[in-house]
Amino acid sequence: MISFSPTEEQQMIVTMVKQFASDEMRKIYRECDENGEIPDSVIDTAWKMGLISSSIPEDYGGSGGEHSAITGSLIGEELAWGDLSMTMHILCPALFAYPVLEMGSETQRKKYLPLVCDEKYKAATAALIEPRFGFDPYSLSTVAQLDGNEYVLNGEKCYVPLAAEADLLLVYARENGSSQGFIIEKGTKGLDVGEREKNMGIKALATYELSLKNCRVPKENRLGGQKGCDFDRIINCSRVALSAMATGVAKAAFEYSRDYAKERVAFGEPIASRQAIAFMLAEMAIEIDATRLMTWEAAWKLDRKEEATKEASLVKAYADDMVIMVTDRAVQILGGHGYVREHPVELWLRNGRGFVTFDGMAIV
Amino acid sequence: MIDFELSPEQQKGIKAAHEAAKELFRPVSRYYDEHEHESPQELIDNIWKRRSEGLFDLGMDATAALRIEELCWGDAGLFLCIPGPALGGAAVFSSGTREQMERFLGGFNEGAPKWGAMAMTEPGCGSDTAAISATAVRDGDEWVLNGEKIFVTMGKRALEDSDGFVVVWATVDKSAGRAGMKSFVVPAGTPGMRVEKLEKKLGIKASDTVTIIFDNCRIPFENILGSPEVRKTETKGFRGAMATFDATRPIIAAQALGVGRAALDFIKETLENEGIKIHYGTPRQKLTALERDIIEMEANYKAAKLLTLRALWMMSQLQPNSLESSMAKAKAGLAVTKITQKAVEIMGPLGYSRKYLLEKWMRDAKINDIFEGTGQINMLITARRTLNYSRDQLK
Repeated sequence: MISFSPTEEQQMIVTMVKQFASDEMRKIYRECDENGEIPDSVIDTAWKMGLISSSIPEDYGGSGGEHSAITGSLIGEELAWGDLSMTMHILCPALFAYPVLEMGSETQRKKYLPLVCDEKYKAATAALIEPRFGFDPYSLSTVAQLDGNEYVLNGEKCYVPLAAEADLLLVYARENGSSQGFIIEKGTKGLDVGEREKNMGIKALATYELSLKNCRVPKENRLGGQKGCDFDRIINCSRVALSAMATGVAKAAFEYSRDYAKERVAFGEPIASRQAIAFMLAEMAIEIDATRLMTWEAAWKLDRKEEATKEASLVKAYADDMVIMVTDRAVQILGGHGYVREHPVELWLRNGRGFVTFDGMAIV
Repeated sequence: MIDFELSPEQQKGIKAAHEAAKELFRPVSRYYDEHEHESPQELIDNIWKRRSEGLFDLGMDATAALRIEELCWGDAGLFLCIPGPALGGAAVFSSGTREQMERFLGGFNEGAPKWGAMAMTEPGCGSDTAAISATAVRDGDEWVLNGEKIFVTMGKRALEDSDGFVVVWATVDKSAGRAGMKSFVVPAGTPGMRVEKLEKKLGIKASDTVTIIFDNCRIPFENILGSPEVRKTETKGFRGAMATFDATRPIIAAQALGVGRAALDFIKETLENEGIKIHYGTPRQKLTALERDIIEMEANYKAAKLLTLRALWMMSQLQPNSLESSMAKAKAGLAVTKITQKAVEIMGPLGYSRKYLLEKWMRDAKINDIFEGTGQINMLITARRTLNYSRDQLK
């Protein structure tokens, strides 16, 4: 039966996350963006909500709730409304945990999942993007080659969130023509974490370049063991997560510019009472809603374990365009005020532009 | 629970409607486009015979919308020729009493085929429906209607070719503004009402669009929908009109979706025959311009469809859906206008030729961004609702 109503449990989670986003994230996001740092205390508070561990079975140290892409989308949107850098930081361990949960071998699940269910936040991450023109997750330049009982990895990665502090990394590489994941523990020889990257947006999130030079990992460290992983699904889950976050960023920009337009008086009237501004806002509202519904539909398919490549890529392409349209208009509605860093809209525009690039940097 | 699963009934309805569209509409689609104002009698007889199947019952919920999309995938103009109370029925349904529903809609499934219509637009007012100048004056047990209505969809079929009715919007007190606006049911054959000027249109040519003149047209007092009272503080009549729109706009959006998908399916079929694949998961910079266009068209179709289903779902949950209905209509009207126009571009000589139906779909699609509230009026409503502004605050 067609329904657009989240479950009661999902509504409770949304309320909790929303509260956190407005009470905690919204208070410090500008400072974090300027300093390039997120206070540990915020991450710890977020971690206590158990957003990741709640979807990991008790056997592996989690609290045994359902792992759902729809729930993940709802969470992603609310958090990203608060701040995108913090969202990606808070949810970073999922980049490692969810693929292991869904596709890892029993040994891998037993060994690694408890590590991301700890009481204290511990970074774990994944490396997908590569620093070159024409990057395509389906034809990676980083390669993994079997040599006896080990895989040897070579290549360059970038936009790896929290790579410097992460104990566990899931590195995607090409092996025999397909993309596969490889679990690499911190300190493995041949794994070199580079300087922290300087990006246009998500400035509070620490991202790094990564280089792999004859980096050797045991054969058992291939995600899913002998079976390998369902890489399509990983990419689809990532695209759905990013679409949800794009919706959150856009919603933040929409609300702020709407409220501003109602306050700001020009020629004796609030600028919102002019169609030039009002119609911009109307279109923003429509496209945000449309993106959210498409995200839900793709997530719904993922939850039913159905093929969702088309839905996930359609919504991601739509969300990429939508978020840049909305955040740009938010800046435009504020005019000169939108361009200065006293207001948040310029930050949302910088963050919004990143979604086309962020493949694999979030997951549901 | 968020769910997109279609019920077995919905799946069955879609399939049957799709088959009917293919079987009944598509073969004669071009003919009735080229022979404007010619009645598709055989088709109507056929539909009438099959009415017990429930396939052509219009309704205003998601199940009906999904069926309507399929039928309009077949032909949007012929879809409008399906016997039934249509928009007139929607108006009776949203502001009439139980007795009125029984009286006006009760006989629609019996005897000869009948149509309903709605008359709102006038030569001097379109989107500004509160500026209506047609008048209704009470005279004892009757209302006396005077005025001119234009662009009445299926007005000829409702009033001249069948024993249907039209719902007319008129003011009972001009000084009262919106509060004075009321709707009245005028049955076919009522003296003082005549159909004039059959419009020649860009598209949906199989449907008729007419002018109706009311010249001291007398109808029973009980034919008013809603209360006859005029209170300056109350704009119930107008709200009745708007409530009708909340229900009908997503249905128009569903009609639009059908036309848009016809164009999309046509392109996809052609590409498949040519051995051209759309690589959905591929990063943007690696896609061809054609792939980008098609992905954009498909995404826009999907966006419009989900907005439409949401508006209808809210209505079925008895939630106010004025905002969501307008969003769906604004999005769907514009999306299919753009999809079909782009489709003609992409298909080149095949798109522009009347040998194929694509150029027709482009012409048909455009009406969806105009009737039942233009894209702009729906944007205005969306803007007012999102800003929480009154009509005076946002003109």
